[in-house]
Amino acid sequence: MFDFLSDYDNPTLLGAFWMTVKLTLLSGIGSLVWGTLLAAMRVSPVPLMRGFGTAYVNIVRNIPLTVIIIFTSLGLADIFGVTMGASDFKVQGFRLAILGLVAYTAAFVCEAIRSGINTVPLGQAEAARAIGLTFSQTLRLIILPQAFRSVIGPLANVLIALTKNTTVAAAIGVAEAAYLMKEMIENEAQTVLIGAVFAFGFVVLTLPTGLFLGWLSKRLAVKR
Amino acid sequence: MKLRKASAAAAAAIVLSITATACGGDGDSDSNSGSGGGDKIKIGIKYDQPGLGQKEPDGSFSGFDVDVATYVAKELGYDADQIEFVETKSADRENALARGDVKFIAATYSITDERKQKVDFAGPYLLAHQDLLVKSDSKISEATDLNGQNLCSVVGSTSAQNVKNDFAPKANLKENGTYSECLAGLQSGAVDALTTDDSILAGYAAQEQYKGKFKLAGLKLSNENYGIGVKKGDTETVNKINAALEKMVKEKAWDKAVADNFGPANYKNEPAPKIGVIVK
Amino acid sequence: MSSVLYDAPGPRAKRRNLIISVVFFALLALLVWFIWNTMDEKGQLEWALWKPFTQSEAWTTYLLPGLADTLKAAALAMVIALPLGAFFGIARLSDHRWVRLPAAWVVEFFRAIPVLLLMLFANEFYDRWTNVTSEQRPLYAVVTGLVLYNASVLAEVVRAGILSLPKGQSEAAMAIGLRKSQTMRSILLPQAVTAMLPAIVSQLVVIVKDTALGGVMIGFTELLNSRATMASYYANVIPSFIVVALIYIVLNFILTSFASWLEKRLRRSKKSTGAVLSAEDMEELNPAAVGGSFGTGGEGGGLPGSRTYT
Repeated sequence: MFDFLSDYDNPTLLGAFWMTVKLTLLSGIGSLVWGTLLAAMRVSPVPLMRGFGTAYVNIVRNIPLTVIIIFTSLGLADIFGVTMGASDFKVQGFRLAILGLVAYTAAFVCEAIRSGINTVPLGQAEAARAIGLTFSQTLRLIILPQAFRSVIGPLANVLIALTKNTTVAAAIGVAEAAYLMKEMIENEAQTVLIGAVFAFGFVVLTLPTGLFLGWLSKRLAVKR
Repeated sequence: MKLRKASAAAAAAIVLSITATACGGDGDSDSNSGSGGGDKIKIGIKYDQPGLGQKEPDGSFSGFDVDVATYVAKELGYDADQIEFVETKSADRENALARGDVKFIAATYSITDERKQKVDFAGPYLLAHQDLLVKSDSKISEATDLNGQNLCSVVGSTSAQNVKNDFAPKANLKENGTYSECLAGLQSGAVDALTTDDSILAGYAAQEQYKGKFKLAGLKLSNENYGIGVKKGDTETVNKINAALEKMVKEKAWDKAVADNFGPANYKNEPAPKIGVIVK
Repeated sequence: MSSVLYDAPGPRAKRRNLIISVVFFALLALLVWFIWNTMDEKGQLEWALWKPFTQSEAWTTYLLPGLADTLKAAALAMVIALPLGAFFGIARLSDHRWVRLPAAWVVEFFRAIPVLLLMLFANEFYDRWTNVTSEQRPLYAVVTGLVLYNASVLAEVVRAGILSLPKGQSEAAMAIGLRKSQTMRSILLPQAVTAMLPAIVSQLVVIVKDTALGGVMIGFTELLNSRATMASYYANVIPSFIVVALIYIVLNFILTSFASWLEKRLRRSKKSTGAVLSAEDMEELNPAAVGGSFGTGGEGGGLPGSRTYT
């Protein structure tokens, strides 16, 4: 009944999901860094940076991810020559997909962190300023560490959404789960079974992540 | 309260309008699925392949497939204004026929044994070959030259896989959503060659914006016998279409269609194929 | 423009901010110049590629019908998902285990699966087991995928909205002898729905964006897909992408503006029991939801009390 699963070797079922995991982890790390920087820009004393941060978030959030991912391939790679240091298109597509996912997800990470910054009591920042800390010191040493602990929940949801969003990378030929599923559906008759297998795969990926990070967020929550 | 009323009314309006359009759509297909003299005829074509089947800015359709389909429809007793063209994507063609959504399909539809299990074919009406499109100053002249070069095709295409398997295992394959995206890459130099049927490639190369920039390598990597797909078992229509195709060739309307659609691309087409003869 | 994160700038800080601004501006300008220059070099700025967008035919033949399909799918999905989401959201709050648990399972299951897979699967389902024509099928599949996913997200929104109401509301309702269904219908829901409306409207942004998934994978003739038909005629791949991205931005900007207008209006009218949740309070329930970030975006979660810094 499940023999069709072993008929595919480019990629294999496990290989496809491993690709999904790699896309998720690498884009997750990237968007955490870029999203934090964007959040810092949005609360910074420099008006131009604030403006840039706001514009970036509002523009990127309103474009379909599909458009962004395809644009990394057709625009960045083909026109601007951003090949991400890879001449092999399989590797290049993988790296470009990560770039696109980071650019997109960072906007959501930024908003989550910004709302986290808002949860830190005013007194914390006031005290930090009172002892003479600069903006970047206040942000790095006082505000962000507390903010991060309170946004683990929302960030977990962003990460889960990111896991599911990696399926869009199939549009530029990255051989991940959705790519393999489409191939299988076109070749096999057992559509329901194929759908169930892939749905199960994603449930396996996302549910434990959600549960673990939910537990972590409760554990690390700042008790006030 | 006011707001709730307003939103309820808006929702109702949306639902109504949508169900209305949906019903309209269903009704149409019902009344048209049966063949009849005075009715409209639905024909499946491609919408996004210049030279074969392309939706024009004025809403009309152009291309070789379209010309053939129009001629055949005329022979079947339908005027041009009775034809309704429907987009049939590659993956949808068998289903659209089986369900009777369209009367026949002329959409770069190669006759293969596998497809013959599901649909009947009239024709063939064109013999195409898998080929490469390269820049006009390119040195690529053989399929084996593609080793180490960047080759472009669409996601899930079999022609690119053929090249990789049979000729150039070291070709670097880029998969895009559509062929026109590959052409943009070919123009900017991101890829060195684009592979699919030469008829399709010729259509792109003949486009205004690309004139003189690209050439066909002239390789015959495979034989693609384009047929007109008809619902399985509808022998009557197959025979009628075959007669129409023969007449089209005899009246030189076939040559004119080839010249009109492929002429500018410098495409060396094969002579009109004999009905029922499939070149393997 | 003062903020609690930094003091009002003195002369030195002003100078420093100015220097940072200038450097940052220079970097941005350099980037813009690089983009412009490269596009020019690659011939992407040629007027022939952009000219079609100044002619009405490009719009009436390709883009507007695509936009209409996008809006149609989004509207249908919204209209179906909303009641379904409310149903599951309320079911999850039921006192009965046998109602609560299945509802929770359904919601969690469909939230865990990518919309793209739901659409692919729905497409196959309609193909094999129903009589939907191949013209209508992509629309059905897209709407089904969107409904399954967004109904479960909206269920969470509704649940969070009801839970956010002060306990006193349901206690008072019970005290005056209302039944559970009466409490839900006349006390809790009206307040919760009012409070969640901006988030619900913002969810439409997500739905609009997600219709694009149907264009790439199952050939639904929405905006992104009709862009392909257009680009094959005019041979303007990159410009068409830029224009379509702009259309999405404008469309979604209108939607988010509508959401904030609606929210302001509700806050001002202060009907029923008074307090309508403000944007900040909404963020407590669903920090990311307000910006319309479910779906292919991040999902919301709970946040404790918030104050505004910026």
